[in-house]
Amino acid sequence: MSNAQIPYPEGEVFNLALRARYRSATIWQSLFLGALLVAIIALTALIYNVIDGAFGYIAYEYKNDPAEFTSTPINELKKEELLDIFKKNLSSGAYNKLEKEKPMDSRTQSELLELFLERLVRIDTKGTWSMTDSLLNGAEIRAEVTGKYPDAILEFRSWLTPQFLVTPMSSRAEFAGVRTAVLGSLWLVGIAILFALPVGTGAAIYLQEYAQRNWFTKVIQTNINNLAGVPSIVYGMLGLALFVRVLEPLTSGAIFGMTDSNGRTILAAGLTMGILVLPLIIINAQEAIKAVPDSLRQAAFGVGATRWQTVWHHVLPNALPGILTGSILALSRALGETAPLIVVGASTFISVDPNGPFSKFTALPIQIYQWTTRAQSEFHAIAAGAIIVLLALLLTLNASAILLRNRFQRRW
Amino acid sequence: MENNNNYAIETNNLSIRYGNFTAVKDVNMKVERQKITAIIGPSGCGKSTLLRAFNRMNDFVPSCRVTGKLLLGRQNLYSKDIDPVEVRRKIGMVFQKPNPFPKSIYENIAWGARINGFKGNMNELVEQSLRSAALWDEVKDKLQQSAYALSGGQQQRLCIARTIAIQPEIILMDEPASALDPISTLRIEELMQELKKNYTILIVTHNMQQAARASDYTAMMMIDDQRAGGVIEFADTKKIFTRPSDKRTEDYVTGRFG
Repeated sequence: MSNAQIPYPEGEVFNLALRARYRSATIWQSLFLGALLVAIIALTALIYNVIDGAFGYIAYEYKNDPAEFTSTPINELKKEELLDIFKKNLSSGAYNKLEKEKPMDSRTQSELLELFLERLVRIDTKGTWSMTDSLLNGAEIRAEVTGKYPDAILEFRSWLTPQFLVTPMSSRAEFAGVRTAVLGSLWLVGIAILFALPVGTGAAIYLQEYAQRNWFTKVIQTNINNLAGVPSIVYGMLGLALFVRVLEPLTSGAIFGMTDSNGRTILAAGLTMGILVLPLIIINAQEAIKAVPDSLRQAAFGVGATRWQTVWHHVLPNALPGILTGSILALSRALGETAPLIVVGASTFISVDPNGPFSKFTALPIQIYQWTTRAQSEFHAIAAGAIIVLLALLLTLNASAILLRNRFQRRW
Repeated sequence: MENNNNYAIETNNLSIRYGNFTAVKDVNMKVERQKITAIIGPSGCGKSTLLRAFNRMNDFVPSCRVTGKLLLGRQNLYSKDIDPVEVRRKIGMVFQKPNPFPKSIYENIAWGARINGFKGNMNELVEQSLRSAALWDEVKDKLQQSAYALSGGQQQRLCIARTIAIQPEIILMDEPASALDPISTLRIEELMQELKKNYTILIVTHNMQQAARASDYTAMMMIDDQRAGGVIEFADTKKIFTRPSDKRTEDYVTGRFG
């Protein structure tokens, strides 16, 4: 066989072509690496930005000198001394009001200390600085503060503290916490999943196992897929019209004997979130059900099972890990949604824990949104702290989804 | 469904269509009781489709239509008043790939019995079914372990045990050994010889030696020029393999075809 008969290049020609092939491969490879770098840089910038805001210098003054109330240094004040100070310096009306919110005796030393600083000493924040600023320009900040506010105290503060997590909302950023918002978010997500998981799984079972493949189911399927992409504010409008207005007797709790509430409750918002994640849960549950091999269904039918017995005993148990994993991911979407909550009517300022489905509520993203729109820089700092809390919650949810998937992964 | 004659099941001009396409055409077969009947033929000739028609597994294919009669005794299994679930309890099926439930060995057998309302002693049924499937000695100490821990051949015998447990009249086997090694295949074939004392077995196989070794009767299927499969010869296995009356059968069993 001579070379003329082989329609492929050989020798030097082949080597040249090979080098050209490697060259184009290298170009593509570096483009993909570049794309990855862009993504990593964007993520890093996001995380840096949040952390940068959540720590840093704060300069504040005491409007009233703590020495006017007690001779003990602030950090050494005991609970009894603090209670004593309150009794002496607060009007009985103001004291009773506080007692009503939470009995003074049952409050911790740190809670009382905070109250002392807020109500009597009356902290006045003069300025806050970001973490980078505080670390790099510490000397200038100190000089600026001593120049402008000779009486001010300058300290490096972490806005994200254990206290921040368990303190309810306050009108003063220094004493505000995310407790109300976190509880509100958990209530919302809980109601959303209680509604969307059974309904979504049921719809998915019907579509996958029972519905005939005709144009009608195709239309429904296409619509479900499209609904998953509808902007969340549209779901907010739906929630407002349906749950807040039309179903007000239900969502306000009126038919259960509640009188002091309108339709803008946790229940209305939770159901709106449920509707919002419903298409996601249906699509995901369908995928999980599809992944159960047909041989298993045939095995069940082969021993004389009905469709329902097959679904209930075999398809559903084997699809369940997938369904749950997808539901958790859908929930983390709900946890971060803001727009529909604004439309449905989340409260922007509320310091009472939600105590049931008919409570008024706020949620973490709402709280963050509201704090970032405030003019004072200390609110931006607590917004950054709240964002970290939200991200931590999201990460926990996603991690539990991954754990669940690995734990129950099936081999067929 | 009383049945007095020698035949466990008969087909009467049975045709199977997918939409407008006729996959199997005018099959007339009388399957004898407590015998092994093999269905052989080249790929795509409708062997599995025909086998699945016997316990109405084709009902799950939306476009599939069956015409003609499938007679269990005097009862047409395709008549309107027959529930396919009842058909599948009377006519069990073993599939090509072993498909045990992802449950324990015990549960694999007990589940089918339970959903069919079995009222007897479940432990006894499990043991008896596993013994009949020649699997008891290998698994008696690990009944609560996952069926997936068994080897392919053991899994297939478990699937047979699962079918026996619901005490069908007929067992359909769709190339039950095609996914198994030769030793496991041999064990399945030995098992079939045991089972035919109590059951009627219909088996689809690609393996001609298997049909020749293991079956009493053989149905030879072939597609016609419209690509519709049909039984071209149905006779004693010895006759099919030694002096077939159809030239195409002869070509196929001697390996001259395809």
